[in-house]
Amino acid sequence: METVLIYGLINSVTFVLMSIGFSLVYGVSRVPNFAHGSIYVLVGFLTWSCVNDFKINYGLAVLISLAVASVVGLALYRLVLIRLRGMPTSEIIASFACGLIILEGLRLQGIGGFKGFIGPNYFLSPIFDGKIQVLGVFVDYQRLIVVGAGVVLVAAMWLFTHYTKIGLSLRAIAQDEQAALMLGINSDRAAMISLAIGSALAGLAAVIILPLGNITVEVGYHVLIYALAVCIIGGLGSWTGTVLASFLVGFAVKVSTFFFGALWESVVLVGTIILVLLLKPSGLLGKQKELEERV
Amino acid sequence: MSAQDRRKKRLDRSIKVRSEGLYSLSSWREMAYLLAPRLILIGGLLLMPLVLDLYWQKVLCAAGIFAVLALGFDFLAAYVGLVCLGGAMFIGFGGYAAGLLNAYFALPPVLTIPLAAVIGACLSTVVLMPCLRLRGVYFAIVTFMLPLFTTHIIIALGLFGSTEGITGLDILPNQFWEQYVIVIGVLALLFGLRRLVNEDLGLIMMGIKDNDQAVLASGISIFRYRVLAVFIAALIGCFAGAYQAHLYGWLGLSLFAMDFSILPIAATVMGGMGTLSGPVVGALILTPLSEALRGFGQLRVVLYCFILLLFILYKPEGLMNYLERKYHQFERWEKV
Repeated sequence: METVLIYGLINSVTFVLMSIGFSLVYGVSRVPNFAHGSIYVLVGFLTWSCVNDFKINYGLAVLISLAVASVVGLALYRLVLIRLRGMPTSEIIASFACGLIILEGLRLQGIGGFKGFIGPNYFLSPIFDGKIQVLGVFVDYQRLIVVGAGVVLVAAMWLFTHYTKIGLSLRAIAQDEQAALMLGINSDRAAMISLAIGSALAGLAAVIILPLGNITVEVGYHVLIYALAVCIIGGLGSWTGTVLASFLVGFAVKVSTFFFGALWESVVLVGTIILVLLLKPSGLLGKQKELEERV
Repeated sequence: MSAQDRRKKRLDRSIKVRSEGLYSLSSWREMAYLLAPRLILIGGLLLMPLVLDLYWQKVLCAAGIFAVLALGFDFLAAYVGLVCLGGAMFIGFGGYAAGLLNAYFALPPVLTIPLAAVIGACLSTVVLMPCLRLRGVYFAIVTFMLPLFTTHIIIALGLFGSTEGITGLDILPNQFWEQYVIVIGVLALLFGLRRLVNEDLGLIMMGIKDNDQAVLASGISIFRYRVLAVFIAALIGCFAGAYQAHLYGWLGLSLFAMDFSILPIAATVMGGMGTLSGPVVGALILTPLSEALRGFGQLRVVLYCFILLLFILYKPEGLMNYLERKYHQFERWEKV
């Protein structure tokens, strides 16, 4: 029972880490960032590459990859999405295409001596190796770091969006774009910042979570669908909802794997999504309307 | 002359204006003007199976599958406002339904293809129904997730041959059947859908896309029409899936591959959204291109995405709208 409790908690925090960046971007810019999973994997491979190919020390490698991630996010908005604002169909398709370019691009072989990241040989080593006993359950240090980082990150996000000028302007845009524009907040800049931060968050999640397994391109798709699932259950654009839904999903998955076996994970996820959409179409805390409001 | 001093002036060609009315029937030239583009597409598609060699005949079949999917995507995106990122789901459901009917109940392809189209469409509609109550990106997100989750579920529960799939399904009798089923399917769907969107039904659907409150105020249930539209698109997609299962005599997880989701979108954007003929043309261009690049593996998906991005950023109207404009109008620069 303690196993379920502790691993459920770890699982939930993992979901929070994976989805908070996506939720932030959607909340501010209303763009569903389908490149989220690709940036996650990109950071994983970049860190691996820095550490193993260029022999840079681990901390520096993480910093470099995070910087690259936010630049990618920035570029994604500045070069592509900014031209498509207000055309939801094109926005969705374009961000989807960008995500696939990054993700499948990582698999390319033989261009400029690039070998392509294929196979199970890529993994980040955990910072501290070893296990510790919590409530009679063995947990390795990396999972504790995941929980710690998750808590710190959520707290930091809360402080950032409530007490800094940039954070407040992001919230203002998310709540009422026109009023925010009148107060002199540049909505394009806010969206750009949100994409940069969202990408950096995806990268941060990657360097924290990836040491638990190996890095493959498929991980990108998995992370994206988990992030999407959590955000849909919590209500798109609602940050509290995202955290709440992460815990719901995290525990639901752990409980079901404890009682039925590990194979039922995706069945439970799909079941939860469909159930939530049926009972409360806009998600737990979402405010999505059935109709567009018109003036 | 600098850019400010001149502008492009577009005028309809006189033959276009002359051939608008009923009297165009009295002149061969005007009838030819109206019929030529249509006949080129129809005749070209019908003749292709006769002139191509064996390898390119297979490519034509694949192109047909993508063209059918692209038609479904275009119908949903441009006429109902629902962006479907999971064409693979329709292919998968249709393919699995057809394959299972054939493998377990030994039904012939003549029966399984239509049956599988209906069964798959019902299944997809039921799965997608919960997210149809909301406008916005929900539909895109859910359709993106479902094919991926479905493969997880099939692997996890070991259903239907799990990762290996089922081989040895009945295949279509001969080369000509294979090609003409899909070619005639494409043409029938193209003209059928064009007819459909010009009926009242199409008007309501475009209303739902553009101004849902007005539709609701007219006492029409948005939800019901969205369900109907998704059912039609799913029917189209599942037909393609069922055909694909019988084309290769095999079903497996690669029916849910990303190719089936991204290529129809690329074809639609390239051909021009909302034209219906554009997606067909786009699929006929992109599929042979990807065949030529078969040796490069994953490069294909990257290439589609690049084409997609370039078109959506720099030529959002697409090929078909552009060609139509050139066909009907002439342009010249004019001093302001």
